[in-house]
Amino acid sequence: MKIYKIMERKYIWFFISLAIIFAGLISAAINGLNWGIDFTGGTILHYNMGQTYELSEVRKTLTDLNIKDFEAKKAGDDGNELIIRTVVLSKDEQSKITESLKNKFSKIELIRAEKVDAVIGSELRKQAIVALIIANILMLAYISFRFQFISGIAAVLALIHDVLIVISWYALFRVPIDSSVIAVILTVVGYSINDTIVVFDRIRENLKNAKKVSFNEIANISIAQTLARSINTSLTTLLTIIALNLFGGETIKDFTMALIIGIVSGTYSSIFIASPLWSIWRKDAKTA
Amino acid sequence: MNYRTKSLLKIALILILAAFLAYTLLYGIKIGPYKQAPLSKSIKLGLDLQGGVYVLLEAEPKPGQELNEEKMNSAVEVIRRRVDQLGVAEPLITRQGNTRIRVELPGVKDSQKALEIIGKTASLRFVGPDGTVILTGDNVRDARAIYGQANEPMVSLKLDDTGAKKFAEATKKYFEQPIAILLDEEVISAPVVKAVITNGEAVIEGLESIDRAAELAALIRGGALPVDLVQREVRTVGPTLGADSLAKSVAAGKIGVVLVILFMILYYRLPGFIADIALMIYVMIVLTVFIAIGATLTLPGIAGFILSIGMAVDANVLIFERFKEELRNGKTLRSAIDAGFNRAMLTIFDSNITTIIAAVVLFYFGSGPIKGFAVTLIIGILTSMFTAIVVTRVLLSNIIASKLFVNKKLFSA
Repeated sequence: MKIYKIMERKYIWFFISLAIIFAGLISAAINGLNWGIDFTGGTILHYNMGQTYELSEVRKTLTDLNIKDFEAKKAGDDGNELIIRTVVLSKDEQSKITESLKNKFSKIELIRAEKVDAVIGSELRKQAIVALIIANILMLAYISFRFQFISGIAAVLALIHDVLIVISWYALFRVPIDSSVIAVILTVVGYSINDTIVVFDRIRENLKNAKKVSFNEIANISIAQTLARSINTSLTTLLTIIALNLFGGETIKDFTMALIIGIVSGTYSSIFIASPLWSIWRKDAKTA
Repeated sequence: MNYRTKSLLKIALILILAAFLAYTLLYGIKIGPYKQAPLSKSIKLGLDLQGGVYVLLEAEPKPGQELNEEKMNSAVEVIRRRVDQLGVAEPLITRQGNTRIRVELPGVKDSQKALEIIGKTASLRFVGPDGTVILTGDNVRDARAIYGQANEPMVSLKLDDTGAKKFAEATKKYFEQPIAILLDEEVISAPVVKAVITNGEAVIEGLESIDRAAELAALIRGGALPVDLVQREVRTVGPTLGADSLAKSVAAGKIGVVLVILFMILYYRLPGFIADIALMIYVMIVLTVFIAIGATLTLPGIAGFILSIGMAVDANVLIFERFKEELRNGKTLRSAIDAGFNRAMLTIFDSNITTIIAAVVLFYFGSGPIKGFAVTLIIGILTSMFTAIVVTRVLLSNIIASKLFVNKKLFSA
């Protein structure tokens, strides 16, 4: 079994993570996050054009209709689908768009339409934040109860790290954040804590048996012992979720991509972030 | 019966049970009065998978009035009647919170028409025999089912001041003629005027039962609903997109499962193969639970389920890694497998509980598809703990006990 000096290089890991998070936060501060219509309110129209087409023609059609605030993007396996995102449109405006597009693309078919009021969005945002805080507090309580408070804090910080990485991904690549973001974040949180606990469990077990070795050594050994498991489990999870991302269709692409980022981050943080954090505070606490 | 035969019998029993479960899911089953349709027919699909319309309505009181339970319930009643006109097979109309109504219409093709019918303002009108509109719902204050003096069921109406004045004129004009009461263009009652009513308190007689009276009263109250319904959220998914999403996600799921199965066999050999059997049982149990609780499968739900398949082998991965360690330390297969299970147990327990905590919070705060995602996650975790711990353990320790395979290489040592 090869034992890597993971604990000794903790500041490198911290730096890597902070750099990514920092980049994400800066991007969010400058460009803002790309809140989807679930949060901002708005309309999404999803068409099957039935033919190849140019986005510029679509843009022209909408501008001619005096619709200023919109995003149009190509979708679908062959790029024959069109997704338009705008502010809240009235029923009339919506059918006008469909009619005008129909004049240019005769085979066009509206396959999905969503309209959300801004009121719902602000409630959703509140819900998301509350859900996240409560989930974290409950998990912190559970880990503190099963391990110790210090390790609970380390584990929860690793979780927050993962959440921030996922948010950075949304920010850096301007991915629209829809209501599934809550599911993404809490799944990632659940996955990441799962991973962290496996490593912590091993550390706790090894601490009991070995007396004269330093915490760092025990942590390195424990990580090495659980490494095959960490890699294999994220591999099997990633296999399924990557399959979904590649073959599961347009509507869940962003959703599954966020999960992939989160799961990779969750595995990374349980090895490179959680245990080093635990060791830092343990040193200060000495007796713990 | 010797020890070996017993072990082999136990393995056979589990495999037979699994085969039975697989058959039930694929082809359905009928035992006496109990019938179970095959999975493809018995599982409910969400709007995003079969297409349809979802509307979230919010009731807003008219100026100077307040919302209350009764008004909300009448509003739900009105919406239900309108949806009935659409002839949707399984509409879902539910209250959400104090002021909202969720309407889900699976399979609706003409979403435009559906939205118009749901969205129009309630139009209760009293119309004279010559077609002139006497009153609208705005003038009706209340309607109640009551018993008359001879214990006959009737509906009592209370009108506001303008309504009373108009009604007095109309009852004079149409004396002994019928006045039709129309709700959304449909005649719900056409009582004949028997007296000139000036005080704004009328009764509708000639109803066959108190239930009919109650229904009529509810309709009139509903039509006179002093609330406006605003469409806060409207989502329509075309049937082709729904079917496409379903086919794609199922295909992707199959690919994912095959990859996981291959990985487990290649990496863990015989135990990996056992874990794959347990995984198949896991998939079948989860699907059976979905059917049993009448869960509605949505796209995020399927995604959650497929994700859970990848995570379901985690417990086995943990156990097998321990098992390999024990084998490397020179233990026999038998004691290594026991030690592997025992040592991994606490970890599996701790890690799964924390994931469940997150899922429960997700369930509590989420709505719609997100709730579905949480439910699939919780069912998945609980089931995987059973299959990955109990099923694999019984299979694996009996295979070892049966001495069918003794080469440690088969156990990836």
